[in-house]
Amino acid sequence: MRQRINIKRYPGFLPVTILCLVVLYAPLLVVMVYSFNDSLSITRWGGFSFRWYMEIFTGPESAKFKDAAWNSLTIALSAAVASTIIATAAAVAMVRGGAFKGKALNLALISMPIMVPEIVTAVATLVFFSAIGFTLGYLSILVAHIVFCIPFAYLPIAARLQGIDGSYEEAAQDLYASRFQAFLRVLMPLMAPGILAGFLLAFIISLDDFIITNFIKGAGIETLPTAIFGAVKQGIKPDIMALSTIMLSVSILIVTLSYFISRYGRPGTKAEA
Amino acid sequence: MAGELASTRAVSRTFAPVRTPLLIPTWVIIGFFLVAPVLMMLAYSFLTKEFRGGVIWEFSLAAYDQFIFDRGLFGDEPPQIEWTYIVIFVRSIIQAAVATLLCLIIGFPTAYFIATRSPATRSMWLFLVTVPYWVNLLIRTVSMKFLIRDNGPLNEALMGLGVIGEPIALINTDFAVQLGLFYSYLPFMVLPIYASVERYDFALSEAAADLYANRWTILYKVILPIVWPGIVAGCILVFVPSLGAFLAPDLLGGAKNFLIGSLIEEQFKGNAGNWPFGAAASMILLSLVLIALFIYARRQARRSAQAA
Amino acid sequence: MRTLLKAGIAALALTFVAGAAQAQEKLSIYHWFEYIPQELLDKFAAETGIEVTMDTFDSNEAMLASLKAGKLGSYDVAVPGDYMVEIMIGEGMLDTIAEGELANRGNIEPQWVDVPFDPGRMHSIPYQWGSTSFSVNRDVYQGDINDTSIVYDPPDELKGKINVLDSQGEVMLLAALHLGIPQCSNDREQLKQLDALLQAAKPHWASFNSDGAKDVLVSGDAAVGMIWNGFGAKARAEGANIEYAYPRQGYVVWMDNVVLLKDAPNRASAIKFMDFLLEPENIAAVTNFARYAAGVEGVTPHLDPELASQPESVPPADAPAGTFVAVCDQATQEVYDTMWTRLKK
Repeated sequence: MRQRINIKRYPGFLPVTILCLVVLYAPLLVVMVYSFNDSLSITRWGGFSFRWYMEIFTGPESAKFKDAAWNSLTIALSAAVASTIIATAAAVAMVRGGAFKGKALNLALISMPIMVPEIVTAVATLVFFSAIGFTLGYLSILVAHIVFCIPFAYLPIAARLQGIDGSYEEAAQDLYASRFQAFLRVLMPLMAPGILAGFLLAFIISLDDFIITNFIKGAGIETLPTAIFGAVKQGIKPDIMALSTIMLSVSILIVTLSYFISRYGRPGTKAEA
Repeated sequence: MAGELASTRAVSRTFAPVRTPLLIPTWVIIGFFLVAPVLMMLAYSFLTKEFRGGVIWEFSLAAYDQFIFDRGLFGDEPPQIEWTYIVIFVRSIIQAAVATLLCLIIGFPTAYFIATRSPATRSMWLFLVTVPYWVNLLIRTVSMKFLIRDNGPLNEALMGLGVIGEPIALINTDFAVQLGLFYSYLPFMVLPIYASVERYDFALSEAAADLYANRWTILYKVILPIVWPGIVAGCILVFVPSLGAFLAPDLLGGAKNFLIGSLIEEQFKGNAGNWPFGAAASMILLSLVLIALFIYARRQARRSAQAA
Repeated sequence: MRTLLKAGIAALALTFVAGAAQAQEKLSIYHWFEYIPQELLDKFAAETGIEVTMDTFDSNEAMLASLKAGKLGSYDVAVPGDYMVEIMIGEGMLDTIAEGELANRGNIEPQWVDVPFDPGRMHSIPYQWGSTSFSVNRDVYQGDINDTSIVYDPPDELKGKINVLDSQGEVMLLAALHLGIPQCSNDREQLKQLDALLQAAKPHWASFNSDGAKDVLVSGDAAVGMIWNGFGAKARAEGANIEYAYPRQGYVVWMDNVVLLKDAPNRASAIKFMDFLLEPENIAAVTNFARYAAGVEGVTPHLDPELASQPESVPPADAPAGTFVAVCDQATQEVYDTMWTRLKK
């Protein structure tokens, strides 16, 4: 047992992980600290204050931010779910479908949304949507998001699937499981970490998108990034910092909750699924 | 080798009969909502530009000509090879490559570390890596800029510790751009690698150790080949979006030099208003990436065929 | 994961249920980011009962691009800058305001009634106007700043500490003023001079940044920053020891305008909105918010008193008049574009 632990661990990996988290969180610390800044500037400290939090909830723009946050979260969630399902199906076909003609072409198709520069997708999609008379609004944003989320979901899922031995579902089928049962009962649980990774990537990429959304959203609908970019024209205001801190706190709360639920709710089961 | 073993196994055909129905949603969604618009852009790249944006439906190679030939400031000198855009492309590729490398160096150990935690804590670690991305990219980038300013907290801390005597000039340098890209896309490296490493069977490491391989040999010869698909996926997810990125270059690099992303953006959103040229530059970028991907896919296929 | 899935499905379902249209008067505005106080829009909605939706853009050119790509016909009014009004008229994107249609047309200040970019104000009304020049950090540089060489041929202590706007029109115009050549000149020697000037100046510039033009001055990252006057005033208010320059060679003036778009779905609401913005009290609210200046008579009593003495708004007596960015013909614009690309190679 001692030897096993030795082999698994690499000296230096823990410090690198810590460095990774420091890099990820240091800028956020700035965001949090300056959300309590009484001054308008993000580069000068003007004393401690809650005024920007009040502003978020009661200010004249509170309704806008509330709508934008709701739109962003629902779109990101829906787009991530849809694209993860599509990408999982595609990954099973690509990795478990044997060698077939046009495989590379299919791979190119799936990866296309990340290969085309965003601004081009934005302009092209807008021209295309206007040409076919697709009304710009919530639905057009959702569709566009599903499209560009697919490769982000696909790549981790496919990578994971490539590492799973084919004998598992073969064995299941030998035991008279249907193909669908073999997938649902055997393959999917094995793929779960890949699916979770894909889902998370799709979710954050949708939550963050500005360029495409801004072009195709149409009047009267905002997502968080488009609402936030407004503040940039006059320099980032602390209310945006406050809003970000709230978003961050909510997400950390969700993480903590899910951790405790998976830990104490269902002991012994895998946390990922 | 273990990696070859894994990839032979991977050419399983269990789902071959239902391949088409499984792929149909992808074809429909991407085919209709992306390929169709992109084909339109391909057509645009061969059309005549309309002054101040838009296209005139007349065939023209002017966009590609502009990319390849330099005809002087007034467009009437004898054509020479145009280096401007090649320089911009090469610069973007270098920036993206360095960012990918940085992500890999930091991301791989992180992914490995997370994958070797107990199952219950793994997803918490994963969320920890993605939570920062709930905060908008623009805000994260601006905060990053704040941190690495000449008289920002990073320089002050380093000077306070006596590590450096004078502030390091980071802002508005190429390194700042690479750092920004690295920061923008780090989880895109960590997550796919994690998904691969999580699957790794440590009995293989033990077997190798029994054969007197040391830890680093095991990492290099046993683990890396097996988790290779995850590494490739991560590199693609970092490298390709980095190529077209323009937020980090603009904010951290000072927007002094065009990168592919900002060059193309300028054609559609800037003064230039040259849609065919913007379309042509995107098509050239798209072809380069697709060719690279194609070569990779062919090599993979050949390799697994050999192994079989 | 399962709960997330459920929530996702619920969200999807909601999407399809939502969107039952109401038969209410509407107004759709295409506006710059952060350039109108939300309170003013709320006031308009309360006074008229019109439901206002606003979409935003971050540059004149971006607005033009998205209207060209198919958004024309979905907005009623937009707020382009001076030269862009001229371009949009040329593109046939604007509708004509009929004689007598605007009740408050008489409120427009005489100097803004007949403007070169929209002769006779057939399509637009003034929104805000201001100047573009540069602010200099007085801790770093104490010399004379009213000279364009501060940006284009800087003294040693300012080299490498200059931020310029990432905006071709303004950088080119100030450069032309520095050289004393006309804008949009098609004289080859003059164009070559302009190109050489930009190439020589670039090594002294630290960054091209429009959105952060204020922040780089406040943080001290830049000692000189090309900037819009109202933005410069905000930077000073945030504590930067800076002074706004009125170069003797000249500087840029600009005016943003509310235009009536072609194929406006709610033309009547658009006219009401324009009339609303010509009320001194209302447009003054914008000025107090953005720190620029309105082109409407009678706003003074409603203005923040600080604005009257704001050095960014009140040029010294000996300062020359500002110059509008001109609309170049296609051949010259193409040379400008080539120069800009070479500059940022």
